Order: sequence, then structure tokens, then C-alpha cells
Amino acid sequence: MDATSDAGVHCTSCGAISCSGCARALDPPRFCPDCGRRLTVAVTPGGYRAHCRDHGELAHS
Amino acid sequence: MSVETSLPIPTNVTLSPPRRGEPERPSIDPSEARARIHAAESALLDERRLLTGEELAGLAALPDDHVTSLAALAHQVRLAWCGPGVEVEGILSAKTGGCPEDCHFCSQSSRFDTPVKATPFLDTDEVLQAAEETKASGATEFCIVLAVRGPDERTMQRILELVPMVQERTGLNVAVSAGLLTEDQARRFAGAGVHRYNHNLETARSFFPNVVTTHTWEEREATCRLVLDHGMELCCGALIGMGESDEQRIELLTELQELGPTEVPLNFLNPRPGTPLGGEQPVAAWEAIRWIALFRLGLPGVILRYAGGREVTLRELQSMGMTSGINALIVGNYLTTLGRSADEDLQMLSDLRMPVGALTGVL
Repeated sequence: MDATSDAGVHCTSCGAISCSGCARALDPPRFCPDCGRRLTVAVTPGGYRAHCRDHGELAHS
Repeated sequence: MSVETSLPIPTNVTLSPPRRGEPERPSIDPSEARARIHAAESALLDERRLLTGEELAGLAALPDDHVTSLAALAHQVRLAWCGPGVEVEGILSAKTGGCPEDCHFCSQSSRFDTPVKATPFLDTDEVLQAAEETKASGATEFCIVLAVRGPDERTMQRILELVPMVQERTGLNVAVSAGLLTEDQARRFAGAGVHRYNHNLETARSFFPNVVTTHTWEEREATCRLVLDHGMELCCGALIGMGESDEQRIELLTELQELGPTEVPLNFLNPRPGTPLGGEQPVAAWEAIRWIALFRLGLPGVILRYAGGREVTLRELQSMGMTSGINALIVGNYLTTLGRSADEDLQMLSDLRMPVGALTGVL
């Protein structure tokens, strides 16, 4: 899954359900697409990891 | 011959007109423009002296059609003062978000409702892995960054433990950015082998209270002086595009001249959702090239590093920045946002015939 994925119900950039797509190309996901909860995100020089408290690791690169 | 001037512009092209706050720069006599550029060339390449604030203001006022001349001179100045080498660095946000300060541009402030969730200090293995990623990208410098006002004792201990570990594991020079320091903390970092300490002034003294209210410009300057007093290299950056005027950018340049950092990372505002500056527009690409050139002309011997916001601001003009005075870059990702791939940047440097290696400023 990448930063602009809209596979889930919630926008991964703002967490809203009704968002029509506010994701920016160079932003990692910040919200869980399944529950809209804010993600714990670690950005490293070569990638990122995004983790939801309820849904586990959701995205990485 | 007539020229068609109303060709439709594809809808996926972002126009780059002057932005709000960008000054009008009226046309001037071309001979006067050439005279200002020639005087700067003589000062920097023949006399090898720094330009004054007045001289820099005269260059900053040149209209857009002289930006390429400024850029060409800046590139020659960079080669003459610093040589052809480019320093590559990777940075890691080792402790993200939850910062008590209110820097209006920053998504890591706990005072603003931003998408960035506060996370504790990364595990040692995660930091070492990030350093290995940096090493693999061809970098010579690795900066451990923490979103804090200043380091508490527990944070100090973690950093003091990590710096030699990263050095030993990777051979990289290790830089640290952990906010405001006390004299004792600066001494301990220097003793632990911190190669370079990052502490940005960000903007001119006169503009700083518009974007930060929880600490002062003078507090930042004091930390910068502690870094120098204790023998570490000072990395002291700027953030362009927060609403400051041309005059205030020149003011910052003269303040940096006086301070004497080894490195100046040049950031361009990437407006972050939820921050007070989240609604601002990025600096226009051509304006960014102008200011890259002016920073090189104002700070001829520093390591002038491409830093945050360059992808958003410059888009396809990345290589032009490299021939307008830049001689260092952050590769890969930033603290909370992603960058373009290290491979793209390294290919760009190869295409430009710019060798990669560690640098030391000469200002």
C-alpha cells in the first residue's frame, strides 16, 4: 500500500470518510484506512513504516 | 510573423506565477544589472571578500530575467570557494512529534492539530538500521534529529550512547539536532564526537516572532554560539517562504555571515496541514533559484545544502539548483515527509559531473 491508497474507508491523509482525496504525493499515510485512527509512522532515510494500534502494521516502503 | 500566445495549457500543469508576498521587481537598465553582477563577481572571485547587505539587496532586486546570470555567478563562486564536490547526508527523526514549541511551520508541534502522531525515541536497532540505509545511499553524514525544545538528561544519555555506535558501525560522520543546549550539554556532545550540530535560525531576527513565540531568536543564536565555542561544526539553516520580505532574507544572510556556520541547509516551506502556515503557497520555483543563488553569493564558503521542501518547490528544476550554488543535499526522506529517491539524486550528480564526498566549509 502506498501513501495515496484509497483501498480503505478512511482517507490515509486526513482520516475523514468523505474525503475526495487530499493525499499528497510525498506524504506517508497518517491515518488507518480501516478505522481512521492516527497511525504511528516512522520515516527513515530509505522508507517508512506505519502502524495502527488496532490493525497492526499497515504500510511500509 | 505572428506568434500564437493563447495556446491552451494542459490542466495537469501547475502554473508558477508570482506568489503572494513576492515583491514586484521593476525592470532596470540592463547595463545597471550587469554592473551589479560584475561588481559582485569582482568582490567574490578577485577580492575574495564577502558581499555587504547593501550589495546583496541590489542583486535581490534584479528582475526575473537576470536570475540565470545570478545563478551562473553563484555556481562559479561555489567552485572557486568550495570546489566541485557535493556532500550527501541522510537524516532521521529519532523522536517524532509532541514538541512543546510552537514553530508555525512545523507539523511536530504539540500545539497544533496535525496528522503527525507523537512517537517515542526509536530503538537503538532502528537508528542503526537507518544509518546503514544512509551509508548505502553513498552519504558521508548522518543526522539524528529529535523534536524537542532541548534534550533532557535521558535524551542526552541516549544520544551520547548512539553517536559512537553509529560512527563505529557505519563510518559516517554523525550530526545531531536536539534543540536548545546548555553549555554543559554542548560540551558533552563535543566530547562524544558529535561532528556537526544542527540548530537553525530559520529566519531573520526581525521576522522570527511572527513564526515562533515559545522561544526567541536570541536563544537560538546562543545555542549556535555554544556549538562553535565547543569546537563542533555548526549547521545553521534557513526556511524560505514563511511570509518574510526580501529585506528580511538579506537580514538573515548578514546574520549568518556574522555567525559563521560550516553548513547552511536551505529549506523551502512545504505547508503542512494543521499548522498556522498550512495555507501558504510554496515558493515559486524561479524565486527559489534566485534565493539559492543569493545564499551562495552571500555565503560563498559554506556547505549550502538542499533540504526540506525542494521537491515541492523546485519540481523539475532540481539540477538547476545544483548549478546555482548548492553543494550538498539531503538524500532520501525527510523528518515526516518523503523525498525523491536517493538514486535519482545520485544520478543527477553523476550527470552533472559533481563528485560526492565529505566537505568542510571555509567561511
